[in-house]
Formats: sequence, C-alpha cells, structure tokens
Amino acid sequence: MDALINALYSIPLVGLVFQLGGYIIAVGPNVAPGILQAATPVALAALCGVMCERAGVVNIGIEGIMLTSAFVGWYAGVLLAPVLGTADLGPFGANPALVVALVIALVSGVLISWLHAWLSISVRADQIISGTIINIVAVGLTGYLNNLISKASPNGAGAFTQFKPPHELTDLPVVGWLLGMFLSQGPIAMSVIVIVVIFQVLLFRSRWGLRSRAVGEHPRAAETVGIDVIRVRYRNVLIGGVFAALGGAYLSMEATNSFQQEMTTGRGFVGLAAMIVGRWSPVGAFGAALLFYSSTALGNSIKFARPSGDLGTILVGLPAQLYDALPYLLTIIILAGVVGRSIPPAADGQPYEREATA
Amino acid sequence: MFLSPFATEAVMTIEAAMTPEAPVIAPALEMRGITKRYPGVVANDHIDVEVRPGEIHALLGENGAGKTTLMNILYGLARPDEGVILLDGRETTIAGPSDAIARGINMVHQHFMLVPVFTVAENILLGEETMAGPIFLDRKEAHRRIVELGKRFGFEIDPEAKVGSLSVGWQQRVEILKALYRDARILVLDEPTAVLTPQETQEIFAVLRRLAQEGHSIVFISHKLYEVLDIADRITVIRRGKVVGQRLPSETDEDDLAALMVGRNVQLTVDRGDSKPADVALEVRGLEVKDDRGSVVVQGVDLDVRSGEILGIAGVAGNGQDELVEAIVGLRRPSGGRITLRGQDVTRASPRAVNEAGVAYVPADRHRFGLVLSFPLADNLVLTDYYRRPYARGVLRNDQAIEASAQERIREYDVRTPSATVRASTLSGGNQQKLVVAREFARDLALLVLDQPTRGLDVGSIEFIHRQTIAKRDAGTAVLLVSAELDEVLELSDRIAVMYRGRIVAIRDGRTADKNEIGLLMATGGQARAAAPVAETGPAA
Repeated sequence: MDALINALYSIPLVGLVFQLGGYIIAVGPNVAPGILQAATPVALAALCGVMCERAGVVNIGIEGIMLTSAFVGWYAGVLLAPVLGTADLGPFGANPALVVALVIALVSGVLISWLHAWLSISVRADQIISGTIINIVAVGLTGYLNNLISKASPNGAGAFTQFKPPHELTDLPVVGWLLGMFLSQGPIAMSVIVIVVIFQVLLFRSRWGLRSRAVGEHPRAAETVGIDVIRVRYRNVLIGGVFAALGGAYLSMEATNSFQQEMTTGRGFVGLAAMIVGRWSPVGAFGAALLFYSSTALGNSIKFARPSGDLGTILVGLPAQLYDALPYLLTIIILAGVVGRSIPPAADGQPYEREATA
Repeated sequence: MFLSPFATEAVMTIEAAMTPEAPVIAPALEMRGITKRYPGVVANDHIDVEVRPGEIHALLGENGAGKTTLMNILYGLARPDEGVILLDGRETTIAGPSDAIARGINMVHQHFMLVPVFTVAENILLGEETMAGPIFLDRKEAHRRIVELGKRFGFEIDPEAKVGSLSVGWQQRVEILKALYRDARILVLDEPTAVLTPQETQEIFAVLRRLAQEGHSIVFISHKLYEVLDIADRITVIRRGKVVGQRLPSETDEDDLAALMVGRNVQLTVDRGDSKPADVALEVRGLEVKDDRGSVVVQGVDLDVRSGEILGIAGVAGNGQDELVEAIVGLRRPSGGRITLRGQDVTRASPRAVNEAGVAYVPADRHRFGLVLSFPLADNLVLTDYYRRPYARGVLRNDQAIEASAQERIREYDVRTPSATVRASTLSGGNQQKLVVAREFARDLALLVLDQPTRGLDVGSIEFIHRQTIAKRDAGTAVLLVSAELDEVLELSDRIAVMYRGRIVAIRDGRTADKNEIGLLMATGGQARAAAPVAETGPAA
C-alpha cells in the first residue's frame, strides 16, 4: 500500500495532485470547524440574497445590514450588561445581556431591510441605489458612533462560545470530522446549517416557496392568481434581513466580542457571489461559501503545517498574500466561468407595478 | 350549483335544466351599467353584458374599445365607477383577482400568465395549492387531478413538463387547465388565438365547446370576425366604450360586424391588385444567424425578393424571423452566408449603411425600437437622417427644416396629433405606428422590411398601413413582410415563405396559397414534404 502511494507521489504533476489530496485529507478534520466559522457570515449574507432575489428584489445592501447589526448588537450588549448582568445561562456562554442584545441586533437588521423594502418595493426606487445608500450610511454611521463610544473602551456583554461535542462523536471513523465541523460551533454558526436545510426544503416544497419563486419570476402571473406580490416581497426582504443581521451579529458577538470599523470587509458582497455561484438555492449558496473559505483555510494551514516534499516547497514559495486573496480570486474565477449558466429569477430587480387600479 | 368539474351529476342537472321546457335560469353573469373613466377617456360607458350558463359569448371590438377594461373590472383588477356585477342573479363586488377566483371567474390573459421555468403542475397549483398539511404541497394529488382534468377535455399532459418548453398551443391548454383546476364556472379568454396557428385554434375551439357543453360559461374576447362567427353563441359588439349591438352568428356576417365594430363600412381586405415583379432587389444566400444566447436560429436561409413584390414570411413567433430581419437590416451580424442588395454586398454593413442603401425598416416593437417615446414627433421623424442635409447644418440641427418636414409628413400620413412638438408617448398605438411608417416610407426605397407592422392596431390603422404598403410595392419597392398574423401575410403577400425552426420550409404563391396548408407548415415544418425543393415556386413573373 505504502509502496503504491509512494509510486503515485513520485509521478510529476500527477504526483503533486496526489500529494495535495493526501495533505487535505490529513489536515481536513482539524481545519473543518474553522472553515464553517469563516463561512458563516458569508453564508448568511448569501441566504439573505437568495431570500430577497427569489422574490425579485435585489439586495446589495446586505453588507450595510450586517455592519449595522454587528454594531447594534455589540453596543446593545455594552448598554445591557450592567442592567441585565452577564451571569452564565449555561450552553454557548449565553448570558441575559448577550441574548437580548442579539435580539436587538436582529431587529435592527429587520428595520434596515424595511427601509430597503420600502424604497425598492413601495417607492419603486432603483434597487441598486437603495442598497448602495444603505451600505454607505451603515459605514458612516457605525464608524462615527464607534469612534465616539470606543474612546471609553467599554466592556461588552461578551460573546457566544463554542459547543464541545463529546469525543465519542468526533472520533467516529469517516463521519467524525463532519460531526466535529458542525457541532464544534457557537449557536449562530450552528444555526446556519439548520436554516439552510429548512430554507431549501421550504423553497421548493412549500406553498410559501412556490409563491415566492413565482413572484420573483413572473409577478403579474402571481397577481392574476390572487397572490399579493407586494406583501410576498416585503415578507421575504424582512426575513432576509434576519439572516443578514445574524451574519453581522456573528462577527461582533460570536467570532469576537467587540466591534471594529468596517468589520464586515465585503462579506456581504462575497455572499452575493456565493448566491450566484450557488444558483440562487440555499444549499448551493451555502456550499459556495464553504468552498470559498476552504481555500482560505488551506492557505492558513499551509503556513502553519507545511506539507512535505515537492508540494511543500512549491506552496511555501508562493507569496502569502496569494492565500489571503484566494477566496476573492475564486469568486472572480467561478463567477466568470459559471455565471453564464447561472440564471437569476426572471423578475429579479424589477419593481412591480400593479395594473391600473386607479 | 355546478361548482366542481368533478360533480358530473350536477352537470347533468344543468343539461337537463337547459332543455327548452325548463324555466328560464338567471344569467351566470350579468354586468349592468358598467362605467369606468380614466383621465380624459371613458373606457366603459354604461356597458350591459349578459352571459348565460353554458354559453360562449363573444365580446367583439377594436383595440382600445374597452373590452379589456371591462374584463379587468370583472376580474377585480380595476374598480368600476358605476354599475353592478351580478352572478347567478345576485349582486357581487369583486375587489381583486382572488375574489374573482373564489366566485368561479377565471381569466386566460392575452399574454399568458405562466412562469416559464415552472412545471405545468407548479403553474396550475400556484395560488390554489393542493396541500398536504399546513406547509407542504401535495404534488402527487395535484398531478393526479391535473392528468384527470386533461383527460376529460381530451388531451394528455405531463404535469412535470417545464412550461417554457411547451408550444404556445400547449401553453394555452395549461392556462385553461389552470382555470378548470380552480373550478371555473365563468371563463374569460382575452384574444386566445392571437398566437395560434389555424390548427391550434381549432383544437382550442373544440376544448371550449366541450367546456360549454358541461355548463361552463365562456366569454371570448376577440377582434377576429370569422373566429367569433365560428365559435360564439352570441356576440356583443363594443365601440368606444359602448355596446353598439348584439348579434347571433346566424343572423350576421363579417361585413355587418366590421361596420358595427368600426362605426363605418370598412374594406376588410385591401385589394392588392397585381404585382409587377422586376429584378431581384434582395438576395439572401445560405444565411446563418445566431441569437443572443449563441444558438444558430437562422439556418441556411435562401431568399429572393424582387422589386415590386411583397414577400411574406409566415411562421409561429420565435422561429428565427426576428433574427433574420435583424441580420438583413444590419442590426445583427450573421455568422454565415451572404446578403446582397441590388448587387451590392451588405452582409456585414452597419445599420446606417444599410439604411443609406435604401432599406427602410419598421421594427416589431415600436416602443423599444421604432420610436424614442420621450422625443417629440418631429425628432422621431428624422431619427434615420438627422445628420444629413437639410436637417443638419454642420454639427447643428436645422430646426426649421425638421419642423417643416414633420408638418408635411404628419399631414400626408394622417398622424392624429395636436402638434409636431408633443412627445411620441402621447399618441395612441395606431398613430405611433403611422409615425414610424411616415418616417420609413417617405423616400425612395430599394427594400422595405416590415416586422409585425400592424400588431395591436385598430382596424382603421391596419387598413391604412396595408394600403401604404401596397402603394410602396406598386412604386417598385421590394417588400419583406414578417408577421405572426397569418391572415395579414395571406392578405398582402405576392409570395409566402414559411419559416420553421430557422429554415424556409416552403414558398407558395400568395394568391393560391391554402390557409390550412400554410398553418400546418408553420406548426410542423411539413416534415412529410420536407424534401420538396425550397425554390419550387418562383416569382409570378
């Protein structure tokens, strides 16, 4: 067996591929939970995109919603910590202030989404401009307020912590690393998997899903069979707001316990790319987000655990920045290659006007 | 009482009730004194219509006569200013489509209301979902019901087929199934045959007759006279928002109906006279054109159009006609083949070069391609030659010349407008199209390309445009006419080419062409006689 592997490894190029495969299998289980953590905010942004665009509303304000919720959640924690206390409630390092702050963060996301829904659905403003306004305002406002507040370096309500699955599960052969990936997570990262599965099933098998997709494809047809297009669109944009807010809250309340200026660093936009690569399906978008961050994880792991042999020499020789840029490069490459066959909902981005009911 | 199409017993009761000795039943639908005013127009002026159970009732009227407004009111898409709607003799208010559907009124819209990427079943279910529990759809049960409904009306349909891949005839059936799935008692069809071949039309008519027999009431909206005479039990004619008459098909004919509809005697068919074809003006050889998605949709087309003849291209929409026309006028670069205009190669010429070579083009979509709606009429009239004398003086416009020429053409082509300075968007459809015609026809031409020149126009405007086209032909212009309206092609063309899946599958003489044969060729490409040489019928020299 070893002889066979050695023989395979020694073939030029093909050998490199096998070496890379072996390396990924070796480090995979260790980095897998980290991949899901890195992918969580992007996946949530992508789910927000799917939720809105399936109903025909383009939402490029996801970035701004995330940033707002990240700030609001963190600052709500700062304000609430002295009032509600930070006594540990048990699982996930939750405390009263943290939980209430999370709810407030979600509400803030829904409110911003409401603004986008109102501008793009009721006012029928250009949806790109509405989203851009949200992004610009979010950067400016959160940055300014953060400057004011952070001078006092306040203590927040802390952050959610990760669940430690029992060894019996993670040590299982073959599936152990997968269980570890999904279970060694905080509550928000874990919720992503639940949301993806439920969303996917509902979108394609429920009445709500059928109507949402119809509204995104052919709103007039939906209206003629008695569906309230405006209401469906509002509802989906608001639910999408919850997803984006969850992604923002993850950054300041689970991944870290603080807010930094512009801490979303384009994840909302990478999420939109994941949505397109995933062809507007929840599972696809989630998969795309995981794919992007697998590349980052691979880069990190190469830095810290150098692969052996020729592969190691080559990979370490590449500039470190290349690995940081990998998810973005991958986004560009996949979009350029795949987008031609990835077809958005037909009425995506088109404001809907009811027939003349004057 | 016959709410469910499955309740066969109820249907039998109705049939029994409709025998002569039975007492008079209240009309299934009555619209009384319906009035609807829009700013500046009275779209419906005290309209009374009454539809009996099991009746096919035709609403006949020109575009803009108010038929669609009336049906939108019935369907809850618009609110009447005055008047009442009675169902089975009881007064009802209909606040929206869901109200209408709940009361058994269903509408098959002129532009199909189907989601192309959805399956047949998804389209039918939408809005009236068959559920398994509170959240999930019951697809199995839905499929069973759809297949069963289809069988009852004589067609087998696959509920899992994607609607976008169906022919328009089948899409029409899906629309009808959609209504039946909702237990429609009153079915409104808005211009249902506009996009169908004659054979498909007959098939749909068979379905409609079957429905009427089972007690459904059908409102059939149309402006095609012979169809109305063929299918309707009664005909109500609407002109300018008013009911101007009611007829039984047995007591009327096309001329009578046309006069009612237009308000004056019209010549339904323009006398095209004899053509005097001369030299070949347009020669197309082995032309291949790709569509926007890169698939070859014009596959080796050979065509000759002679000066002084009208060549009509018949075909179901989407068989490559648009791309063929765009290639000829220079808007789309062919991927193969050659286009020659009076001996000059224009295969890759720019639209302006083609225009300057004497080609005029009336595009199918006057809003998107024919006019700049936000420009005044005068500017629209010089869109093709604004850069030339006398309209341009160096880099500046010569407003006087533009205005003067606009006045003249507006008069000559009878464009009804308060002035040449109003925006094109303020004109009616017919006048907009006359404006396009005024721009394109008003010079000496080598070739005139007409793509759907009368789509959506009233009878008067159609008559005008047809006359102008014949006049152009008689002046020695070669005319290429593309139309999805087979009647128009038959009426005007000296020769008819049938286009099917990107190929010209047959050429027939315009005077002797058989409508059914052409319809069959449009629908099937005439596989049975595919081997027949394309150029078998030469120009009537």
